[in-house]
Amino acid sequence: MQKYSVFSLIKNAFSDHQNWEVAWKDPTPKKEYDVIIIGGGGHGLATAYYLAKEHNITNVAIIEKGWIGGGNVGRNTTIIRSNYMHDDNALFSEFGMDLWRKMSQDLNYNVMFSPRGIINLAHSDAQMNAYSRRGNSMRLNGIDAVLLNREEVQKRIPMADFSDNVRFPIFGGLMQPSAGTARHDAVAWGYARQADSMGVDIIQNCEVTGFDVTNGKIVGVRTSRGDIKAKKVGLCVAGSTNILAEMLNMTLPIETHLLQACVSEPVKPLLDHVVTFGAGHFYCSQSDKGEMVMGGDLDGYNSYSQRGNLPTLQHVLTEGIAMFPFLSKLKMLRTWGGIMDMSMDGSPIIDKTHIDGLYLNCGWCYGGFKATPASGWTFAHTIAQDRVHELNAGYNLNRFNTGDLIDEKGLGTKTWIS
Amino acid sequence: MLYIFCPHCGSRSQNEFAYGGDATVKRPELNKEISDQEWNNFVYLRKSPRGKHLELWHHISGCRQWIKVERDTSTHEIFKTYKADELTE
Repeated sequence: MQKYSVFSLIKNAFSDHQNWEVAWKDPTPKKEYDVIIIGGGGHGLATAYYLAKEHNITNVAIIEKGWIGGGNVGRNTTIIRSNYMHDDNALFSEFGMDLWRKMSQDLNYNVMFSPRGIINLAHSDAQMNAYSRRGNSMRLNGIDAVLLNREEVQKRIPMADFSDNVRFPIFGGLMQPSAGTARHDAVAWGYARQADSMGVDIIQNCEVTGFDVTNGKIVGVRTSRGDIKAKKVGLCVAGSTNILAEMLNMTLPIETHLLQACVSEPVKPLLDHVVTFGAGHFYCSQSDKGEMVMGGDLDGYNSYSQRGNLPTLQHVLTEGIAMFPFLSKLKMLRTWGGIMDMSMDGSPIIDKTHIDGLYLNCGWCYGGFKATPASGWTFAHTIAQDRVHELNAGYNLNRFNTGDLIDEKGLGTKTWIS
Repeated sequence: MLYIFCPHCGSRSQNEFAYGGDATVKRPELNKEISDQEWNNFVYLRKSPRGKHLELWHHISGCRQWIKVERDTSTHEIFKTYKADELTE
């Protein structure tokens, strides 16, 4: 594979950039693979990459119904953080933060990781207490956390509403300075290019239509491009998990919901951090192009439509304007939606299943993008070794039976309760 | 914007309603020995189909009645609505 560097850039400039190698090939599916990953999103691509890199398993296919970068990996708001209180989430996410820091070098692809810090705003004394507890828990797990008072928040984001008569005055906030953003498409392309170079077949426009299971063991998948045999199969299909689960006669603690995001017209740099509103569900950062990138609540009812409804957008942006009044002056550039695999406790599932050789990776709720490298790394371990890694042991499917839920914020599918 | 036909009030915008989830799950019988698995099925497990979905909505800013709505989860088309205790087809 051609290495990307300033030298290769100069060299290719002499031929008007006409001779760059393709980043990944377009192979015809083989008859059989050691591992098939269903879903060519960030998590699927990362899984294939770490299967090859960490476990030396390269006879792998990624089967993608659409195209690389067309699903949630290209639809999210690019936030990366590990500001969790519960051990399972904190250790998993912080492991991921390490992979994020090294990712551009590791993949020889600039993912534009920008650790600009995330600030969660607090709007009451009680919320400051809760944040102080969360911050302390984070620090016990080795994650950086800083509790900011009102003045310290005002220094960092003076454009927020600090006037006197507001419904939700800013009392302070919890900041994770090492959190940030990355270029989401580059993450998908970088993983795809490296996985491809190590022998992984990336098969696009290939829909899974069924599974072959014999004596409780997976033997292959049926696809729109023919039947393919496999010793092991991993599901990484986010909002489409329930559709595949139905083919396998499985019922999961997952509902598929729609989450919207939007960007404003580009403006000059004014917001240095990722900021979240503490009295509702709204978050905002500024992209490198200058757009304000915003998101918030689910549309609130089961949906596979991949496009949102206006009442939710209006609700989310009302919160946004309460936090940043200047947003009301900006024009909206684009809005879009993606379908989320909302788990019942708000935490993901990376586990084996009752079918031998079938592995499950789902339930990412609002936080799939930031988990991409850690999810791929632990899922690859789970598939290769046929046992969970200690980092994803808590993310087991059986926890809904035993009651060992990881209810970080009491969030899940039931937005009408939260 | 969804327009939901409330069997008590007529067609109203979705802003008047709160969503209540899958209407086909059934709470285990009271006064009976109930296994963890049965509770798991009731509390957590959902089919979440793509296509027709029978679901509960609460007309919270209207008549405050719970109703059942048959809706397509990929097109948002609403086929039929029922009163909460009405039998569905």
